[in-house]
Amino acid sequence: MRALKFLLQKELRQIFRDPSIFFILFIMPMIQLMVLPLAADYEIKNINLGVVNHDHSGYSRKLINKIVSSGYFRLKDYSSTFSQALRGIELDKTDLVLEIPAQFERKLVKENESTILVAANAINGVKAGLGSAYIQGIIGDFNQDVRMQWIQAPRFNPQPTIDVEYSDWYNPDMNYRDFMVPGILVMLVTMIGSSFASNNIVREKEMGTIEQINVSPIKKTQFILGKLIPFWMLALAVLTVGLFIARIFYGIVPLGHYLTIYVFASIYLLAILGLGLLMSTYAQTQQQSMLVSFFVTMVFNLLSGLYTPIESMPQWAQIITRLNPVSYFIEVMRMVVLKGSGLADIKYQILALLGFAVFFNGWAIVNYKKRS
Amino acid sequence: MKPVVVENIVKVYKQKRNVIEALKGVSFAVEKGEIFGIIGPDGAGKTSLFRILTTLLIAASGKATVDGFDVVKDFKQIRNRVGYMPGRFSLYQDLTVEENLEFFATIFGTTIQKNYHLIKDIYQQIEPFKTRRAGQLSGGMKQKLALCCSLIHKPSVLFLDEPTTGVDAVSRKEFWEMLHRLKEDGITILVSTPYMDEAGLCDRVALIQKGEMLSINTPAGITNEFKKPLWAVRANEMHQLLMALKEDPGVESCFPFGQQHHVVFKQPGNDRQRLETVMNTGQYTNPEIRSIRPNIEDCFMALMKQ
Repeated sequence: MRALKFLLQKELRQIFRDPSIFFILFIMPMIQLMVLPLAADYEIKNINLGVVNHDHSGYSRKLINKIVSSGYFRLKDYSSTFSQALRGIELDKTDLVLEIPAQFERKLVKENESTILVAANAINGVKAGLGSAYIQGIIGDFNQDVRMQWIQAPRFNPQPTIDVEYSDWYNPDMNYRDFMVPGILVMLVTMIGSSFASNNIVREKEMGTIEQINVSPIKKTQFILGKLIPFWMLALAVLTVGLFIARIFYGIVPLGHYLTIYVFASIYLLAILGLGLLMSTYAQTQQQSMLVSFFVTMVFNLLSGLYTPIESMPQWAQIITRLNPVSYFIEVMRMVVLKGSGLADIKYQILALLGFAVFFNGWAIVNYKKRS
Repeated sequence: MKPVVVENIVKVYKQKRNVIEALKGVSFAVEKGEIFGIIGPDGAGKTSLFRILTTLLIAASGKATVDGFDVVKDFKQIRNRVGYMPGRFSLYQDLTVEENLEFFATIFGTTIQKNYHLIKDIYQQIEPFKTRRAGQLSGGMKQKLALCCSLIHKPSVLFLDEPTTGVDAVSRKEFWEMLHRLKEDGITILVSTPYMDEAGLCDRVALIQKGEMLSINTPAGITNEFKKPLWAVRANEMHQLLMALKEDPGVESCFPFGQQHHVVFKQPGNDRQRLETVMNTGQYTNPEIRSIRPNIEDCFMALMKQ
């Protein structure tokens, strides 16, 4: 026990003597949390619109006005032919072309129907899809207005229609920040847990200090605990800073209990630190360990459901996400922050992470050899 | 019971298809309380041998005991009773002198106070800098601190892997004086060095080359094994002289050795005359021929040739 106490004391001394520690503890979470959520915006605004109006009628002008005043579109180009407008897309001036045919108004009034062409630049699939959807919504709305104006509505609707009313639960304003910030916080804690711990051990290898530890009667578990505990504390400190920033800057107050987050984070960190330890037993230089942990955390983050919903991934990728501890933490964070889940609701995630913790740490202890 | 017994230790490193035999069946025994020097050039297998004896490395075959404990089976006992100072400075550079010492005392389950008498002489020299970080010490200071750290748990056997490499001449001398004082405390010391001149400071030396022991003896014993007369020659035209001597069919070996060339003949007899003949055939100024006593390096060179 005395030896472990000293190992911890030594480790903490070294960590706090590292001049980059302030940056890691405070500046990094601040930058990540204050910049990333603003940039990782799912709403698409400022879609550049090109218009080809063959009609020049009151209705066509009204329609264009309605689209531009929605706030999602910017009228960038006004061409006289479709091929000219397409040129605008090719030059990246516009993202979407709206073509209004000649006699649009006349047809609409006389024949009760008319067509409009929407062409989208689908290089950015999300932008094209959302842009088309927005414009469709606006045109539908416009359509409704026209009909209201021209047709004397009968007392009873001749056709039965189903009206859909939306009610968004847990995130009623559909605020993507409430959704992103907890996820980014998870990413941050993961980085500290995996790469810093692994780098630290590999540095002992590089400096040769591990030799001195290896010839001493210190036990493997003591040494590994001496490495785990300080980084466990450090990562929880970063989590605290992050939750504080989320509260101050984004006004995100978890619906659930902070304690639930900490309990889960503690278990999660055991798993992630175990992974870091495991990587360090294989890597010989800090460069190797950096590259490996960079690769692993990138795959973990992309397959975690942070940016894209897991449910829309192909079946095989969904299986991988079940093997990814990060996805559990992101899920739990969102559950606790937005839904107010308690410990009982996340018991399966807790069990899964305990499994990961045992697996990674066990492997690391087996693989860490004091002799070769 | 001898503190260190090594029998037929073999160590093989495999690098893809290359197999490197670092130690090819090495055997020796070290007496209690002696300074045993292992002397050989870089890559001779000194560090591999030390790492096997300090239980960091497992030998391919052979048997070794330290303090009566087997290095493979009883490694836990050995780790409690040996001190190891690796060739590379491997203390925590970001901890201070005092913190390093305290840390190593603690992980061996002891305190600085308990064994202070052992390190007192050495530690006093670095004590003025005890709040300085180990990384900011000079080379000689680092070695002194490393020695203190490997002594703090009162080991019965001390392994020093090239402790004087990269240390200035004065510090080297001081370091050897410290080793002699430790010997008086009854600590058995195994020390490796690539410097032949340090061999004379050991009680016994083992000359090692390419994983094989060439000779194990006292420094005097080793030089006495050198049977043929040794000659030192010099002239102003050193390079020409070396070439001329090497071409002479009667010359067994000729090495440049500082200001002189050391020459040995295959069949001794009339050596001085034969040297004079060589000297007279060329254009040499200030020629000089002396008969000298061989030192360890001469012996090492001769043993290497066999």
